[in-house]
Amino acid sequence: MSAATTDPRGGLSDFFYRHSGLLTLALLLPPLLWIGIVYLGSLFALLLQSFYSLDEFSGLVVHEFTLTTYGHLFTASNLTIILRTAVMAAVVTMASAILAFPIAYYAARYAKGGWKALFYLAVMMPLWSSYLVKVYAWKLILAKEGIITWMAEKLHIGWLLDALLAVPVIGGSSLSFSYIGTFIVFVYIWLPYMILPTQAALERVPKNFIEASADLGASPRQTFRTVILPLALPGVIAGSIFTFSLTLGDYIIPQIVGNSRPFIGTAVYALQGTAGDIPLAAAFTVVPVVIMGFYLTIARRMGAFDAL
Amino acid sequence: MTFMKTAIASLAALAAVAGIAMAQEARKEIGPGEGQVDIVAWPGYIERGETDKNYDWVTAFEKETGCKVNVKTAATSDEMVTLMNQGGFDLVTASGDASLRLVAGKKVQPINISLIKDWGTLDDRLKEAPWHTVDGVHYGVPYQWGPNVLAYNTKVFKDAPKSWSVVFEEQTLPDGKSNKGRVQAFDGPIYVADGALYLMKTKPELGIKNPYELNQAQFDAVIALLKNQRQLVGRYWHDAMVQIDDFKNEGVVASGSWPFQVNLLEADKQPISSTIPAEGATGWADTTMMHAEAPHPNCAYLWLNHSLNPKLQGDLAAWFGSVPSVPAACKGNELLTDAGCATNGFENFDKIWFWRTPTAKCGVEGGCVPYSQWDKAYREVMSQ
Repeated sequence: MSAATTDPRGGLSDFFYRHSGLLTLALLLPPLLWIGIVYLGSLFALLLQSFYSLDEFSGLVVHEFTLTTYGHLFTASNLTIILRTAVMAAVVTMASAILAFPIAYYAARYAKGGWKALFYLAVMMPLWSSYLVKVYAWKLILAKEGIITWMAEKLHIGWLLDALLAVPVIGGSSLSFSYIGTFIVFVYIWLPYMILPTQAALERVPKNFIEASADLGASPRQTFRTVILPLALPGVIAGSIFTFSLTLGDYIIPQIVGNSRPFIGTAVYALQGTAGDIPLAAAFTVVPVVIMGFYLTIARRMGAFDAL
Repeated sequence: MTFMKTAIASLAALAAVAGIAMAQEARKEIGPGEGQVDIVAWPGYIERGETDKNYDWVTAFEKETGCKVNVKTAATSDEMVTLMNQGGFDLVTASGDASLRLVAGKKVQPINISLIKDWGTLDDRLKEAPWHTVDGVHYGVPYQWGPNVLAYNTKVFKDAPKSWSVVFEEQTLPDGKSNKGRVQAFDGPIYVADGALYLMKTKPELGIKNPYELNQAQFDAVIALLKNQRQLVGRYWHDAMVQIDDFKNEGVVASGSWPFQVNLLEADKQPISSTIPAEGATGWADTTMMHAEAPHPNCAYLWLNHSLNPKLQGDLAAWFGSVPSVPAACKGNELLTDAGCATNGFENFDKIWFWRTPTAKCGVEGGCVPYSQWDKAYREVMSQ
């Protein structure tokens, strides 16, 4: 210690050399503080709020520990909201996976050089423009007097569109006023998050495995089913974590495209803004956290995080 | 956990003490300006000529008084209440469904009307209005008002619809097609009052006297009507610009709306017009109110005085499609024109039920259904 104070030049490094534990602490402290206070702190405050309740008469939050707010989650209308959101997220995730796989497969195994760059560009480009601009653009595309209806009329398949919109529940008066529209926009917006991890996983499937499989007499279908798909699955699951959780939490798309039936995100937005019911909004926010907890546990079992 | 709880509890206690300590006395005089004033306002309410240089009622005020005007816009009444609860603002242009909540929450201070030199020029119908006057004390200066009109497509309706039934009940419209999927409703809980107003006239046996004071039976009847309406509504409107797009591109032919959207659609040569049907209409009446702990009270009073300037009132009415609170503003304003006040609804004051916060305490026997229930029920309606 005395040597460290007498020699100012090497003092600090000497000190840290002798106390290596302190060095680790000094390096880790800023990120730990960030995670602890900013990141976990806000989540913790949220969790705390969800155990308070709203006094129905005065509209003020009662700061007493209670489980009644969670009880409100289990009323029929709120359960419907949760179910609607979870089903939408699951359907969007499946559709994204099915659409993304062939694209990722081509980009990973066949595209070369300039084509490959072009593929990356095409996948990434939608991420560069504003999310809101894209959603509003889709509102116009899907509108009753938008380009899709117009093309259907010109191709004399307007009856097909009408039949689709006549389907109960998912239909509506126009594409942009129905669940179908909400679904299309969700898939469009989140698709890149599915393609990129899937492509990364497919690129890591060794080529000689596929050749070996063929040498041993497997048909292409068998090779795909027993070699490529299992090896690429962690990538697909990693992508599905993005699409699933992003859909669970989004509150802008259902406001602009769809039939105004609330999703978890829009319900939270309305509760904290219009109603001032912060406790119920917080309790609603815990729902996606719990759903994602289960989802991640299953995903980890399937090795999704090896591909990240 | 306990630490945080204690911290929050003590903060709340501190706030309560501060609230009590603050004497709710109106100011006696206007001192020199503090150099700025911070206002929470509806979008389009305080213009400094940035969108259109003809519409500017801030620059001259700033030059004259030296008070720089800072505006924070809010999209809903609830957002305004939240911002005022957080504090740090001097003034707010509160609608009737926010103003009484602000008074009850002690977030706004009484206004000394003898310091408002143009108070006498105000529309007599607004001077003692119950949404800013509580027990004879004035909590603000009326700013603008207007109706929630029925906007309709003139190609479908050759004559203006006579009743709100076109948006509430399934029926065949004059063009021979059903109204299903072609009408819209507002997505805020305050819209329950529109349903109540309709039932007040069409089902007198329910005994609704005031659409903001509903007992449980009346409320249930209104919610049943709105659940029925859900089947007709393709999408509820929230954002004025999105509604404009829905009228243009989604085949929406009738909806409750604001003169603001109708003016923009008409300016765009769309076949849209508006009317106030026989049942009357709900509407808004906005009051400029002053925060209980306004950091710049003198500049705030200067703005309150400026806000009644006939030129400002007329220009604003032309810009927003509203009605001035100063009748003198209706004459000789270039932007509004002499017909403007009538177009925007000046004569319809008595037909309009202005937005108010529904509270449990009311004149109806057995008490009324409070706003929190309106909110919950309306969310269920939309979720159906």
